Amino acid sequence: MGKWSRRAFISLGVLSGGALVLGIAIRPGNRAKKVKGFIGNKDETVLNIWVKIARDNTITVIVPHAEMGQGTHTTLAMMLADEMDADWSKVKVMEAPSDKEYANYALAKGFILENKKLPSFLTDTLNGTFLAITKQMGLQITGGSTSVRFTGTYAMRVAGAAVKEVLMKAAADLWKLPVEELQAQKSHVLHEKTKQSIPYASLAESALELKQDVNPRLKSPDEYTLMGTSPKRLDAPSKVNGTAYFGIDVKLPNMKYASIKASPVFGSKLKSVDKAAIRSMKGVHKVISLETAVAVIADSYWLASIAINKLPITFEDSSKASISQNDIYKMYLECFEKANKDGDQIKDVYKGDMANTFLVDEKQLSAEYRVPFLAHATMEPMNCTAHMHDGICELWLGSQNPLGFAKSVAEVLDIPIDKVKVYNQYLGGGFGRRSVPDVAIQAALLAQEVDYPVKLIWSREEDIRQDHYREANISRFKASLNQEGMVTGWENQFMFKNEPAEAPHIPYAIENQFIHYTETENPIPWGFWRSVDSSMHGFFTESFMDELAIKANKDPYEFRREHLKDSPRHLKVLDLAAEKANWSSSLPSNWGRGISIHKSFGTIVAQVVEVEIIKGKVKVHRVVCAADPGYAFHPDGFVAQMESGIIYGLTAAIYGEINIENGAVVESNFHDYEMLRMNECPIIESYIISSDSFPGGAGEPSTPGIAPALTNAIFSATGQRIRELPIKNYQLEMSKEVIG
Amino acid sequence: MNLSINKKNIEVDVDPYKPLLWVIRENCNLTGTKFGCGIGQCGACTIQLDGVAVRSCLTPAQAAEGKEITTIEGIALNEDHMHLLQESWIEEQVPQCGYCQSGQLMSAHALLSKNSHPSDADIDEAMSGNICRCGTYPRIRRGIKRAAELMILDTNAKSKSHGEME
Ligand code: FES
Ligand code: FES
Repeated sequence: MGKWSRRAFISLGVLSGGALVLGIAIRPGNRAKKVKGFIGNKDETVLNIWVKIARDNTITVIVPHAEMGQGTHTTLAMMLADEMDADWSKVKVMEAPSDKEYANYALAKGFILENKKLPSFLTDTLNGTFLAITKQMGLQITGGSTSVRFTGTYAMRVAGAAVKEVLMKAAADLWKLPVEELQAQKSHVLHEKTKQSIPYASLAESALELKQDVNPRLKSPDEYTLMGTSPKRLDAPSKVNGTAYFGIDVKLPNMKYASIKASPVFGSKLKSVDKAAIRSMKGVHKVISLETAVAVIADSYWLASIAINKLPITFEDSSKASISQNDIYKMYLECFEKANKDGDQIKDVYKGDMANTFLVDEKQLSAEYRVPFLAHATMEPMNCTAHMHDGICELWLGSQNPLGFAKSVAEVLDIPIDKVKVYNQYLGGGFGRRSVPDVAIQAALLAQEVDYPVKLIWSREEDIRQDHYREANISRFKASLNQEGMVTGWENQFMFKNEPAEAPHIPYAIENQFIHYTETENPIPWGFWRSVDSSMHGFFTESFMDELAIKANKDPYEFRREHLKDSPRHLKVLDLAAEKANWSSSLPSNWGRGISIHKSFGTIVAQVVEVEIIKGKVKVHRVVCAADPGYAFHPDGFVAQMESGIIYGLTAAIYGEINIENGAVVESNFHDYEMLRMNECPIIESYIISSDSFPGGAGEPSTPGIAPALTNAIFSATGQRIRELPIKNYQLEMSKEVIG
Repeated sequence: MNLSINKKNIEVDVDPYKPLLWVIRENCNLTGTKFGCGIGQCGACTIQLDGVAVRSCLTPAQAAEGKEITTIEGIALNEDHMHLLQESWIEEQVPQCGYCQSGQLMSAHALLSKNSHPSDADIDEAMSGNICRCGTYPRIRRGIKRAAELMILDTNAKSKSHGEME
């Protein structure tokens, strides 16, 4: 499945006119027995599909998400263990197998319901509906900051609470005592009066015979014992001693290594390859031609990569070969003009009386911003190990959607999906990149040609040049201000719309708004990139808001406050960031301070950045980040994600640009697609507000706001407004006049 | 060719120009050392040759002959005890995806072995060759500082107990 979004579910006919259609409902009931075969061994009781108990009272939580650094294995296990009152020191995690029984119904539920409460008698039927949809879609995705929000809320907590209830009932039956007199604690059921205690493991088999409630009572925050605390990540030890096993570390008997080169111009077909050029190389086994790429198989990856670089390869000409970066921007501008002329802009938000506001309020401002294409550059280059045998295709890799990958590979190889086995490993970074199955398909096609397992590794050059990119975009604004310096009209036009839908929407109370966009064919492969549309709209809207503040002659923080009067949640976050950053204190000369606020994936984040301009370049000293995720289930993990998202966004703001020339990517490795390094990393302070709203995401929401806070800070230091990223392309000059 | 890795002698039959990175991963089956860029830009492949941090993706196998190679698998004190640096990494909850961390730890380890009191500038200097795409830099910095403090305590404790014994 290409896109997983709320809209994708809706288009499946699940939601029609806002109502849930129960056409394909089945009641799934407890599927523990169905899955026992592949997740449990004989010494374990599988209580429901998300949890099993071993004889020694060890509890294993089965998590349907990939661990790519965000700590999701630990946090989800905590959510289940807390509801279950499990002994945390004896809890383990196992990633769910890529079997369709593990299609993640909680995601469908999360996307569709968006925290709407359902009548409880419907829950079971609806879970069946959601399961049916997710099976059909091959949905087992990690992305969109969904794991804690949806899986945690709809699957883990419910499973933990339901299991606890049946364990307690089983104890009550055994002791012939009323269940109300019993207590659950540290993986035991206790009866205080008689001082009896029994481990969960001894109750598991009889508990399995009892029906688990689909709407068990969940704990209220004051009853949490694990949620809201920060136990150490379960994966940390293996990640400091070299034993953590990533896709690239897989080793199988008789395995050989493959390197690959795909057409630099996206989608060009292979024309010819002169195999003779490497025939004499010892240890090189085979050259395999794919439709748009060539691969070499050798005894070592090093040999394979030397060989592929020696191979003379030619690709067919393609109409895309003439496209360059400026043509793409030109095309966008033409789309704007045409849409505006024909009046067929796609309306995203339309409210108030736009035509009049620009007539009445004479103070007006227009601006245009640009952002370039961006690659993901996960630290672990793309790779996949594949073995075809006995009609089965086995795949080892790190994937953000193992089940979806199995489905894609099955389609390409034209074999049934249950003949494709995906063994998911740790992901050396995901950021959206590992939701595209391209490398898995390539590896499967190579494995089809040989009778041994093949490990295909992409060079970093291939990784940068064959990505699915965050698109380049242009965003144009026009706004009007009244006498009091309040914004009365807001018009915004940009290209494309993906997820999240609210990315270009502003939290500010502005009466007249027209936000619109145009779709056209994007000639460059597109992919989910950390925070997706918000990665640019955060920069666009918060830069323009800053420009308006200057135009209105107001302090950028106060100006935002005045427009957030009706949004208490936003206001609180903004105030906290400003307060912790000591917003109104003075700074040395050559220094500047900038602010931003953006909500994405359910979490509101405000940031204040302090910079110094040194010899025309920016030095980022400090970032103060305040966030309201509703509730942080693992506060330290949440803070780690804030830091991570900020640094990812800083890299993009300062350095990130993928340029297209003659239909191909110019950049190739870390020397020209640069990353922020230790010596450039600012001090980052993060503060969490728990507003008790429905849980928001952690992995993405801090990325959108860093670029505008940074460029706003540069403006306050220099008077230079950065309207196009990245910042490295500017020589920053100190302004003669003092600003603000 | 004879190599000494983590104080063990290993005989490998490889092209002398094969980069150590691939010799270590493919021929010696030690996969803690990672491939990130292949051109000396990212530090994921950092190991030590005679205690000096080097990029194994650019170091031909023959350059390691007669030298002691140390990889991430070789810095723990013994099977049950991690190095203080590794423990500090867990204490500060440094790793996210974890892919860069072997290289980070090998650079940090080399730094601490010649400088027990690194300043922020020393840390910048020693660690800026190691990219972390997950942005764990603030925690790496804290991890190094914590380890440095613990190591000083540790040496003090050891020299004190030595003193008492004499
Ligand atoms: S792989 Fe050696 S420095 Fe990147
Ligand atoms: S922890 Fe993921 S790259 Fe450093």
